[in-house]
Amino acid sequence: MSALLAIVRRDLLLAMRRKSEMLTALFFFIIVVSLFPLGIGPEPVLLRKIAPGVLWVAALLATMLSLNRLFAADHADGTLEQLALSPTPLGLLVTGKIAAHWLTSGLPLVLLAPVLGVQFDLDASALGILVGALLLGTPLLSLIGAIGAALTLGVRGGGVLLSLLVLPLYVPALIFGAGAVEAHISGLGASGHLSLLAALLALAVFFAPWATTAALRVAME
Amino acid sequence: MSNRLINWFKFASPQSFYPLAGKMIPWFWALTAVFGIAGLWLSFFVAPTDAVQGEGYRIIFIHVPASWMSMFIYLVMAAWAGLGLALNTRLSGMMAQALAPTGALMAFLSLWTGALWGKPMWGAWWVWDARLTSELILFFLYIGFIALQAAIDDPRRADKAGAILALVGVVNIPIIYFSVKWWNTLHQGASVSLTKSPSMAQTMLWGMLLMALAFWMYSIAVALMRVRAIILERETHTEWVKELEAVKR
Amino acid sequence: MLSVTDLACVRGERRLFSDLAFDLAPGEWLHVQGENGAGKTTLLRALVGLSPPAAGEIRWRGAPIGRLGEDYRRELLYLGHHGAVKEDLTPLENLRVAAALDGRQLDERDTLATLHRFGLKGREELPVRFLSAGQKRRVLLARLVTRQATLWILDEPFTALDVKAVDMLSALIGEHLAAGGMAILTSHQTMPMANGRAVKL
Repeated sequence: MSALLAIVRRDLLLAMRRKSEMLTALFFFIIVVSLFPLGIGPEPVLLRKIAPGVLWVAALLATMLSLNRLFAADHADGTLEQLALSPTPLGLLVTGKIAAHWLTSGLPLVLLAPVLGVQFDLDASALGILVGALLLGTPLLSLIGAIGAALTLGVRGGGVLLSLLVLPLYVPALIFGAGAVEAHISGLGASGHLSLLAALLALAVFFAPWATTAALRVAME
Repeated sequence: MSNRLINWFKFASPQSFYPLAGKMIPWFWALTAVFGIAGLWLSFFVAPTDAVQGEGYRIIFIHVPASWMSMFIYLVMAAWAGLGLALNTRLSGMMAQALAPTGALMAFLSLWTGALWGKPMWGAWWVWDARLTSELILFFLYIGFIALQAAIDDPRRADKAGAILALVGVVNIPIIYFSVKWWNTLHQGASVSLTKSPSMAQTMLWGMLLMALAFWMYSIAVALMRVRAIILERETHTEWVKELEAVKR
Repeated sequence: MLSVTDLACVRGERRLFSDLAFDLAPGEWLHVQGENGAGKTTLLRALVGLSPPAAGEIRWRGAPIGRLGEDYRRELLYLGHHGAVKEDLTPLENLRVAAALDGRQLDERDTLATLHRFGLKGREELPVRFLSAGQKRRVLLARLVTRQATLWILDEPFTALDVKAVDMLSALIGEHLAAGGMAILTSHQTMPMANGRAVKL
């Protein structure tokens, strides 16, 4: 357990020493979201309608940007091998790395989303649901994305390939995440969507680190 | 039982599977022709014109079997992949790799025929119908699998990475299908189903079944041909490949 | 303690070596020799369990390493081609983090003393990025001390080291063997240590 905390702390420390990478993904998120009103027009009704979808799609893309780095640096400098040879089970360390990835790339999106939601004329209760859905959904993105990051580790054209592999798998998260806000706005209530997101998250917490570990071992062979 | 197991493992080696597959391929092509001709005859000449949809409905004889096959092939591919990971047999990875393009083709056929059918029915080439949308995502999954295998140089690593991806995909397909269906009902999209035509005559069902069998035989034949090519490619350095008549020439 | 039988490794479709066998007892060390591309690194990676061999068996204290898993890895230290140090962290942080990932805590004073012993005095708080290649290797060598493993598997440990550091490392391996440790290493240099055996690939 202490090893799990140690790797989370290490990755957070490394992210702090390389703040620019983290901030780039964050600004990408902001810019993509801000482009939509420019492309579509500023009518508040329309913006309110597309807000959940736009914010979610932008969150997916911003996550993709940071996924590349999840294992690549550790792979390049040989630390990944050391992690695999540590007495601590690799699956545990991988879980820690995914958690750190969420803390540095998912959580900032969640915190930033309400500010961007205001641009789209969402009211306070809708913003609350948006944050809740992102809070459940972004860890899911990190977990599923980790599998793709491990599979494409050290592979030619890894970055583009990664999005090809991972984005289709993000469809359920997108549907339930954006759907939660839409359902709330249209008065249907978001609890169904949110509980399904939570169920998916529970499933991914069990299976994704395991599949990621298997993929990493293949990549290191 | 133990006898069959031994046999099975014997044919799991590429060297003994190669000639076996060569012998099986003509049979599967013959069966493809038989079922295909029977199915086409039944579906184009015997099956009655639909009261509501006219003659256009006949595309379901291609569309539905292609959709079935696209899903089924993914399952088979994942099964081979799982087998390969569990038993570390080389043939399994080759089979998975051989099946993927056929599966992608089936998914593409299903999308295309769906669009062709949608134009007269819905007045649009593309409708975000739950089945079509899931089929589209399935197509993406196939493309991802093929791209991943193509990007990795070491065939062993490519097999294993592909296997993990196929297994992750197979867990996700029901989730994706369910979520797309849920999304579709919430947005009150088009929900006309191709298979639930009001008057599904007995002959239509037979036609569809025969066509499905023809597709099935075609997929097996093509997959076997492709797996033979993959075996040759990967085993060029071995003695038995050098001694093959076809290679010597 | 470590016994290898009938080992064969392939890379891609090429067979690198086969029927390799050796035993290693406490206090002994093994010098893996061979030309470039002969499979030295592949052998070491098979020995630590990173890439499974095509055939043969590797046993540690009588049990196959695949089954031992963590119990084997706890007694093992592998230093590969790559530095395995984080450029953005200081030498001290690197050692501390590496130990924490193994589930252990390092004594601050001992760690500093070790770093000083390897000539990194005054650079403990400098990110590794600013160190020279040789100094980076010295951080790694400090890890040999702080990790406290029984079996050392070192891939080209003498590269990028100056004469003084080479002597220091030789002495370190000597101490390790005298204390009942074991070492397997690849190197193009002739090795001055006793109790050594060579395997040619």
